[in-house]
Amino acid sequence: MILLNGERADLAGGETVLAALARLGLEADARGVAVAVDGEVVPRGRWESFTLGEDARVEVLTASQGG
Amino acid sequence: MNELVIAGRTLRSRLLLGTGGFPSQELMSEAIAASGTELVTVALRRVDPAARGSLVEVLDRAGVSLLPNTAGCHTARDAVMTAQLAREAFETDWIKLEVIGDEDTLLPDAPELLRAAEELVDDGFVVLPYTTDDPVLARRLADLGCAAVMPLGSPIGSGMGIRNPYNIALIREAVELPVVLDAGIGTASDAALAMELGCDAVMAASAIARAQDPVAMALAMRHGVEAGRLARGAGRIPRRRYATASSSDVGLAELT
Repeated sequence: MILLNGERADLAGGETVLAALARLGLEADARGVAVAVDGEVVPRGRWESFTLGEDARVEVLTASQGG
Repeated sequence: MNELVIAGRTLRSRLLLGTGGFPSQELMSEAIAASGTELVTVALRRVDPAARGSLVEVLDRAGVSLLPNTAGCHTARDAVMTAQLAREAFETDWIKLEVIGDEDTLLPDAPELLRAAEELVDDGFVVLPYTTDDPVLARRLADLGCAAVMPLGSPIGSGMGIRNPYNIALIREAVELPVVLDAGIGTASDAALAMELGCDAVMAASAIARAQDPVAMALAMRHGVEAGRLARGAGRIPRRRYATASSSDVGLAELT
């Protein structure tokens, strides 16, 4: 089971980070977005090639108002 | 002399703004314009597909640079990871480093802060650590290679102003780095005091965002910072126990 931002996602192992981003309505050129998979940063240049494991935990982050 | 330089970057405004707590993005943009700030902080959070508008684009239009923070991190590991993600997201090496040690006061966790600062400096970050008003800790952070120190005046969002002005003055003497008073500012006079104590800049978030009129308070903060800076340079008179007449007795009339 793949967790996308803490929720069970309609994603299977072998799909890419880019596919995960699409579930959130984001494309490869999304500004101000960063991705971590299983506690490791996945740089933008690897979004298309990085494949998710069966139990991947994917965090997709962006700017939020804060001090 | 009149411009603030942090890590080789010149900033004309000595006011940094937090973007959290504004009732709307419109008010935030107006407050940013009124404050004259060039640098605003943002937090890193999960993408909300339902959120309207991109904060990054709004801030882009406001013409300000982003200073991502590590707000909400309680360990060096989380803070380092957040900084690395922020670098990816915003293409900046600058990071306002916060490592919180206590939920009620949001005071920094000194050992974790030092650990994270060291790791981030080694990784090429421009590190601006949020720290307690402890001159020794400030010096340790400076020794590690931080680009500035950001001591608190009082707990985040408390609006209690500068509880220990003596320590802020000591921090000013302890480090040669820019000192940015962070946290606790409640109103414009607090910002002025920070500058009078020798701080190089002031960071305000809640004090502006949660004021009844955020735009007016942003303008007040801007003037407070400028007034305090001018007063510091002007050299205040010493405090005395008794009065010193400002009008001469020479030529005083005998009227009765």
